[in-house]
Amino acid sequence: MEVSLRHLKRPEESALDVSRRLQKRPRWGEGFIQAFLFFCGAVSILTTIGIVYELGKEALLFFQMPGVTLLEFFTKTEWQPTVGRFGVLPLVSATLVTTVIAMMVAVPFGLGAAIYLSEYASEKARKVLKPALEVLAGIPTVVYGYFALTTVTPFLRIFFGDAINIYNMLSAGLTMGIMIIPLVASVSEDALHSVPNALREGAYAMGATRLETSLQVVVPAALSGIIAGFILGFSRAIGETMIVAIAAGAGPNFTFNPLKAAETMTGYIARISGGDVAYDTPDYNSIFAIGLLLFGISLVLNIISRRISARLREVYE
Amino acid sequence: MERSLTSARIQQRIGFSLLGLVTFATVLPVLLIIGFIIVKGAPAISWEFLTAMPRNGMRDGGILPAIIGTFYLTLGTAIFSVPLGIAAAIYISEYAPDNFLTRLIRIAIINLAGIPSVVYGLFGLGLFVLFLRLGTSILAASLTLSIMTLPVIISTAEEALRSVPQAFRTVSISLGATRWQTIWRIVLPQAMPGIITGIILGLERAAGETAPILFTGAAFFLPRLPQSPFDATMALPYHIFVISTSVPGMPIQIQYGTVLVLLVFVLGMNLIATLIRQRARARRQW
Repeated sequence: MEVSLRHLKRPEESALDVSRRLQKRPRWGEGFIQAFLFFCGAVSILTTIGIVYELGKEALLFFQMPGVTLLEFFTKTEWQPTVGRFGVLPLVSATLVTTVIAMMVAVPFGLGAAIYLSEYASEKARKVLKPALEVLAGIPTVVYGYFALTTVTPFLRIFFGDAINIYNMLSAGLTMGIMIIPLVASVSEDALHSVPNALREGAYAMGATRLETSLQVVVPAALSGIIAGFILGFSRAIGETMIVAIAAGAGPNFTFNPLKAAETMTGYIARISGGDVAYDTPDYNSIFAIGLLLFGISLVLNIISRRISARLREVYE
Repeated sequence: MERSLTSARIQQRIGFSLLGLVTFATVLPVLLIIGFIIVKGAPAISWEFLTAMPRNGMRDGGILPAIIGTFYLTLGTAIFSVPLGIAAAIYISEYAPDNFLTRLIRIAIINLAGIPSVVYGLFGLGLFVLFLRLGTSILAASLTLSIMTLPVIISTAEEALRSVPQAFRTVSISLGATRWQTIWRIVLPQAMPGIITGIILGLERAAGETAPILFTGAAFFLPRLPQSPFDATMALPYHIFVISTSVPGMPIQIQYGTVLVLLVFVLGMNLIATLIRQRARARRQW
């Protein structure tokens, strides 16, 4: 608040005393409201703590079970909790394959769309394309999953024939890529948009065309923001559940062949939820261990992404 | 450096045409998917499909329980997340001092926004279903979806509150209004369209989510409609998951019909949000 109190000041008073005198009446209602609002704000901290505690508690039960060790969890390549095989790598490999495929779709298309929208598109085209991208972002992922299984996979079968399984990582990955494009595009566009015009004008003055300016001046200048967007997309792909649960396959499979069926970390959690799993069984406890792993991965990626984009802001603001 | 102006121009034209093509190619799938689903799903839609119970192991009849369930879940999510989200946004934008705790709250919100929805499902299972003994119920699922939706609502509401010019607050306080009076009567009404847009976009996401309700409230099949918040419920997204993976011999038409109903539900909310935003932008005087 920039309100000057100088005209109310008595000779012996400081500005602080004046404001105190003017605020003499205590306002309990105001204080109560502020406390309530603070509590609502703090809910996000409590939730974060709650998630870590809840997942950690159950994951601990998992690692305390006989025969489960951290070393085995992270190095063995067989995942069959019911018969005592606890190597998470097959789930991780499937998550990695689908995510990399998704990024191979989302990065070029998302960045291309961002450059076009930010640097070239007319006001009219932007008005149509940006809401369209938002609609794309609003489609439920279960719909994408259904689309992957019933449309993308049959389409891929035209090219690969029987070499490709009905459930396969390629179809899930490609569809996931389509799903992530809007996220990558909108974060990248924000980054491109925040590059000051002086840089563009400087490039024009040197005789560069608009295309040269966009690709050789604006994109490098916005690079940290763009990369932050890629990382967010990557994180989203790792945590995406329904597309891979429907289209990638239901059964752990340690393979890097995208034409094969394999279950991802999220897909495993979704499948276990489908059956009636009794509490305190290996299956049940294991989904929390995997959930904790997912939480950790997305947390780290989030932090990296924020660090990188903070650098962009430092430079231009 | 010698170079011909025409070749640079041609290069530029080719380059931007390619980029334009890429942009078009990103929008094309959405049109394709939506068009495809409308064409394949529309024949399934009938009055009976929307208002009857499923029959014959869900291979026949309607999807009323799933529609009602998604409606209840969206409503339940709104009841918890809207007041809490707006209150948190008001605190952060209008009250929070610039200190460690505030920064912690901000970081928590940003991180929560990035957590996979399936992790929220596990959290809901642990906290609401088991610890608070709500069971797999509409209540537990709504609470889980609320927690997931909160970061979206908080950050859009905060942005809307911040976009109200500082002068509005200054003038109100200089006229003798208290801080809360200023917020309640001046700032909040001005920010309302932006807040509502954020709420609808958040609820839209909640309505379409499957992973968080897998463990917390979704039921494979129920012979009757849910009678209380403590009942489990069918829901459109989960129903799609079930009939596309676990029901053999499911007629393809019913599958596409269900997808179409969910799509109309969700995109209808999206459309309303867009309309509110456009109208507010046109009427705004600052």
